[in-house]
Amino acid sequence: MSATGVAAGTEIRPFTVEVPQAELEDLRRRIAATRWPERETVDDQSQGVQLATIQELARYWAEEYDFGRVEARLNALPNFMTEIDGLDIHFIHVRSPHENALPVIITHGWPGSIVEMLNVIGPLSDPTAHGGDAADAFDVVVPSIPGYGFSEKPSTTGWDPVQIARAWIELMGRLGYERYVAQGGDWGAQITDTMGAEAPSELLGIHSNMPGTVPPAISKILASRVLGAGDPPPTGLSAEEQRAYDRLDFLYTKGLGYSIEMGHRPQTLYGLSDSPVALAAWMLDHDARSLEDIASAFAGNPVGNLTRDEVLDNITMTWVTNTGMSSGRLYAENTLGFFDVKDVKVAAAISVFPNELYQAPRSWAEQAYPKLIYFNEVDKGNHFAAWQEPDIFVNELRAAFETLR
Amino acid sequence: MSTTVDTATGIRPFKVEFEEEQVDDLRRRIAATRWPTKEVDPSQGVQLAMLRALADYWTNEYDFGRIEQRLNALPQFTTEIDGLDIHFIHVESQHDDALPILITHGWPGSVIEMLELIGPLTDPTAHGGSAADAFHVIIPSIPGYGFSSEPTEPGWGSARIGQAWAELMSRIGYSQYVAQGGDQGAGVTDAMGRQAPDGLLGVHFNFLDAVPRELLMAALNLRLAFSHDDREQLSKVIGVFMRGYIAEMGEHPQTIGYPLLDSPIGLAAWMLDHDADSYEKISGAFLEGDVSGNLTRDHVLDNITLYWLTGTGASTSRLYWETGRGATAAFKDPPPHVRLPVAYTVFPDELFQAPRHWVKHAYHNLIYFNEAEKGGHFAAWEEPEIFAGELRAAFRSLRDEGSSS
Repeated sequence: MSATGVAAGTEIRPFTVEVPQAELEDLRRRIAATRWPERETVDDQSQGVQLATIQELARYWAEEYDFGRVEARLNALPNFMTEIDGLDIHFIHVRSPHENALPVIITHGWPGSIVEMLNVIGPLSDPTAHGGDAADAFDVVVPSIPGYGFSEKPSTTGWDPVQIARAWIELMGRLGYERYVAQGGDWGAQITDTMGAEAPSELLGIHSNMPGTVPPAISKILASRVLGAGDPPPTGLSAEEQRAYDRLDFLYTKGLGYSIEMGHRPQTLYGLSDSPVALAAWMLDHDARSLEDIASAFAGNPVGNLTRDEVLDNITMTWVTNTGMSSGRLYAENTLGFFDVKDVKVAAAISVFPNELYQAPRSWAEQAYPKLIYFNEVDKGNHFAAWQEPDIFVNELRAAFETLR
Repeated sequence: MSTTVDTATGIRPFKVEFEEEQVDDLRRRIAATRWPTKEVDPSQGVQLAMLRALADYWTNEYDFGRIEQRLNALPQFTTEIDGLDIHFIHVESQHDDALPILITHGWPGSVIEMLELIGPLTDPTAHGGSAADAFHVIIPSIPGYGFSSEPTEPGWGSARIGQAWAELMSRIGYSQYVAQGGDQGAGVTDAMGRQAPDGLLGVHFNFLDAVPRELLMAALNLRLAFSHDDREQLSKVIGVFMRGYIAEMGEHPQTIGYPLLDSPIGLAAWMLDHDADSYEKISGAFLEGDVSGNLTRDHVLDNITLYWLTGTGASTSRLYWETGRGATAAFKDPPPHVRLPVAYTVFPDELFQAPRHWVKHAYHNLIYFNEAEKGGHFAAWEEPEIFAGELRAAFRSLRDEGSSS
């Protein structure tokens, strides 16, 4: 992979993805040479990614997957590089054919990448070709977080969501956008919320599919329960608040292992650089529901757009850019509470997906986002909303930002 | 890899034999390691320079025949208990009236940790002790570790291992014995203390695994009044629970199993990142030639090589999943108290230095408590002479009682 273009100050350079053939051959060899552990001792996913799932992934990856996909898909879009704060930032930038399109910057998370967003770019930028209205058009900017994909890996500390948010504001300014909106889930949601808290005058509003709404008192109880004991659960919650609390409590007590490890010791995960199957397993094991959906894809029943090829595009890109570890370092940089209120000052829109880590209740969202302009609960989709349900996601963005145009 | 005679409850001699091909493959994999970028900050985990030095020593200087030589120099056996082949070292003292002692290792340890302890315990007169201090030494491999077979069903937590150990001692023919453990071995030994099988006279710990519920609750609530020392140690306890490896192996051992089986460097990094003190010491051995006690490069690599060649990265991790479930169950339904005599040694560089009143709170019948002058989490491994001295002193008072009862 290399940048074609001239390196210079604040310039924006075109970028083309080029993955050396030798690297892909090495990847194939490594997959074939995997030394496997024995099967888990349970019949479900309670011990992590099941052997049968990852072995089928490895088989498909080595035998059927087209290794040229990542290059072809990305190079079909306009890719660019620009240096911000000393780092080369990679981004996709698709301008709408429609005038007055609303610029949106969409930020991925972990273990995602720009691959998550590839299927929403067309419908967002060219709505008339995708059953929408010219008035719904967006100019779409999809950057790679530093340390992810083709953005440069930070070699110093400090690249936390706050610094990334500031870099994104700089990026949008550099692209000449004077009015724009921002969108994100997972880390993208943290970064987008932070942009909303910084509230530059150009930022009209934000949309989140993983909003930070948890009231401080609840957040404190959840944190105390990480060790299996802790404060008693809260009382007096509405049904929706209770559902949110229960999901977060499960996450905090049974689903944060990877994030605690990456938050404290990301550099210990050498296996992610050295073993493709280890990288794949680590990336599959984000949360129980998305793992279930991805396992289902490898059992022949993809849920929505989360197909084997899509999943492997993301893993393959992470492998060829050797960003398994550098992407995890963001957890160590972060100082924000993942689901906490971030003091967003701009107009905010929220879509609640039923299989997201938790379902933000409207009551919490109204407290967390004083300028809540849109709140909707959709009927399908997991943590990777844009990736798994691009049509629903696109509709949500159109509806969310309608009033801001 | 074993010399077996099939007899159900029989005890069979055992020899370690690794295939040349396994060792060649290991060497090839180390050489082919694909490395990540250097850590952004030293706090982020196992440092690249250290691990590269380890890889260099492992491939170019380390003698891969060491494990076979060291283990096969000792009498080793296997016997089937509760459906699993249990591997153990059993060295009888030449002194009459020697006290049998069962020593249980932990993670990321193995029987390798205990090898230098065997001489001083079984043959005290050759190591500055007296004949009256002699022990017969039994060192089993925990199921899923080293040469013991791997459980294929859930349920092999501390309690079940403790029961297997009692059966082992009775099968060997010991009617009176003591037990010792640190780390996960402390959990197993604690369980034995609560089960109080016939013949168990007392136990010694170098780690407090039985942190009582009240203590854990208190640890989460530092605003309560404790002494300065209590608060300091409590924050260390919290630090232990917040280590990512415990969270990850406790939740999803299968997921972390993939890098541990497929990447020798992934395995080495994961094993070295147990705690800050032992990491610093081992790092010093590889980078500066500055060895702490017996924690030499060769000894460290014996242990890692054993994990690799037995392919036990996932199965060893699963013990955390089992103990996590066990701890949750114990919160709801506390096991009986330990009424047997308990001896405890605090090592100054252990994860935390349990104050005497904590130990006394957990174990009412505390017959011995001492703070050793040197040693960390791997006390027996790092300071075998001091450790042997502690066991002699700890159990002295039980020898007379044992022979008179």
